Amino acid sequence: MSELTLTVMRLGFLAVLWLFVIVAVQVIRSDLFGTRVTQRGSRREEGRRQQPAARQQAAPPQQRGQQPAAGGRQRRNAPSKLVVSEGTLTGTTVALQGQTITLGRAHDSTIVLDDDYASSRHARIYPDRDGQWIVEDLGSTNGTYLDRSRLTTPTPIPLGAPIRIGKTVIELRK
Amino acid sequence: MSSTTNTSTNHTSTIGSIGTPSRRNTELALLVFAVLIPVFAYANVGLAINDKVPAGLLSYGLGLGLLAGVAHLAVRKFAPYADPLLLPLATLLNGLGLVTIWRLDQSKLLQSIHVAGGKATNQLLYTAMGIALFIVVLIFLKDHRALQRYTYISMVGAVLLLLLPLVPGLGANVYGAKIWIHVGSFTIQPGEFAKIVLAVFFAGYLMVKRDALALASRRVMGLYLPRGRDLGPIIVVWMISILILVFETDLGTSLLFFGMFIIMLYVATERTSWIVFGLLMSAAGAVGVASFEPHIQTRVQAWLNPMREYTLSRTGSNDGILHSEQAMQALWAFGSGGTLGTGWGQGHSELIRFAANSDFILATFGEELGLAGLMAILLIYGLIVERGLRTSLAARDPFGKLLAVGLSGAFALQVFVVAGGVMGLIPLTGMTMPFLAYGGSSVIANWALIGVLIRISDTARRPAPAPAANPDAEMTQVVRPS
Repeated sequence: MSELTLTVMRLGFLAVLWLFVIVAVQVIRSDLFGTRVTQRGSRREEGRRQQPAARQQAAPPQQRGQQPAAGGRQRRNAPSKLVVSEGTLTGTTVALQGQTITLGRAHDSTIVLDDDYASSRHARIYPDRDGQWIVEDLGSTNGTYLDRSRLTTPTPIPLGAPIRIGKTVIELRK
Repeated sequence: MSSTTNTSTNHTSTIGSIGTPSRRNTELALLVFAVLIPVFAYANVGLAINDKVPAGLLSYGLGLGLLAGVAHLAVRKFAPYADPLLLPLATLLNGLGLVTIWRLDQSKLLQSIHVAGGKATNQLLYTAMGIALFIVVLIFLKDHRALQRYTYISMVGAVLLLLLPLVPGLGANVYGAKIWIHVGSFTIQPGEFAKIVLAVFFAGYLMVKRDALALASRRVMGLYLPRGRDLGPIIVVWMISILILVFETDLGTSLLFFGMFIIMLYVATERTSWIVFGLLMSAAGAVGVASFEPHIQTRVQAWLNPMREYTLSRTGSNDGILHSEQAMQALWAFGSGGTLGTGWGQGHSELIRFAANSDFILATFGEELGLAGLMAILLIYGLIVERGLRTSLAARDPFGKLLAVGLSGAFALQVFVVAGGVMGLIPLTGMTMPFLAYGGSSVIANWALIGVLIRISDTARRPAPAPAANPDAEMTQVVRPS
């Protein structure tokens, strides 16, 4: 076999091998550009843009999740847990570690309420920049009550104040 | 905590492909490509060595094509949403391995020392067995989560597999490493299978224990130190890998198992301190064992000074240690290959003599395909690992995630250990290049590994079933003021 043919075959083989690698990479290109990253929780913000306060507070709770209770630990009177005091879930506690807590009948809620008077995404509780816990009604049918007043805007939660959602009452404790 | 609470809210994003088509036709097209490349190489070797197209071209091509086709049909039937790349990539590597083994079969020198000759036919047989096992995995493993039930049985099984070579009468000491067993006329390397079984155990164990390992820790100098009792399992695994090193004198297997455990531990707990611990412990173990084990010392000497070993093996030495010229010959093979290589069949990698077609097969690629070809081969390995990790990212259950990471991590480590050893980056170990090297256990076990990965990726990429209608769909009752 002539030298030329072998050289052509040698380079040809390398070219074909690399072509395969490139084709394979083309196939996985969809991994780089075709994926959809869904931010859980951001969907709920749509339609609630009328309140400028809600828009500003939309981002911080998710970033907060990275640094557990960084702000909360410094405060002397910061609540450390959330307790359900009335309703079917009575006795359930959730530790407050700087994460956003969602309440509702939807399966992906932090606290899944088994309550006919609760909406699927009823309310959420999150810390603001200073570590103060805020409760926000997410446009529920029957409303969220802090003490006796129905919430219209995100409101800071005093320690021990009852938050009523349908038949369920929750409060923050130390 | 009540079952109605869902505390994983800090994981705020999910990753999924848009639409997730099954992509089986893409796989078929790539598979045809992956069969044609080795056929081209096969013809090239024949033309270079014997000046004619080899007579077995059609049968080899058809054989490989048939095996790949059967595997593809099995994937189409039993894992329709599986990753489209894993099968073609593995087929290409296996095919190139077959060609290289056949090419070394042609060497008169290797035939004379009974290293080569008729090995390609054996390897094709092993490939058939490997693909059969691959299909068996796809048929009988309907859901990878079934493996979770066998967590502790897997542990016992893996330890038994690892200990088998030490059983008197069953184990075989081949050139210093006791990692083979005799079954009839076959020799089997149980460590290759133990790799998969052990990954199942680690995944099942870490899935249950990861919270304790990740959260219960003290912070000292920027590192999270785990509690003493949580250190237990890592110490046990470390001891086992050290025992392998001492009794089977197999650095590669030892490194593979410990490395796999550390990778899975890191993925499960997200604690960098495990990696620091792992590196320190493996370094301490390796140095400790090397200080009294002559077999390991020889390997380290050959790594530090291959030229001296070469001279000693040529001139003969009276220190009673078997010196080998392999390491230096492999380096020369890479050197003579240069950037573009000498071309198929025109190198002289048969000078490596013993293990030229198994542990040192990468040197033949380096010589005949050059840097360009070798990089492509390593990229193909990298793509397999990438697909494994991507499968792990896409998997919805923690067990599947950990298992996919463990298997692809073990695969990557094995490639690193072998390639690094042959190229002189780390001391040489007695492991085989997955799919390329001659050896039944390796090919069969790696096909099973790809089978498990394909099963996980099928589950991961399958479109999620529609969520149950209740109770979100129910109307919320409205409170009527009475």
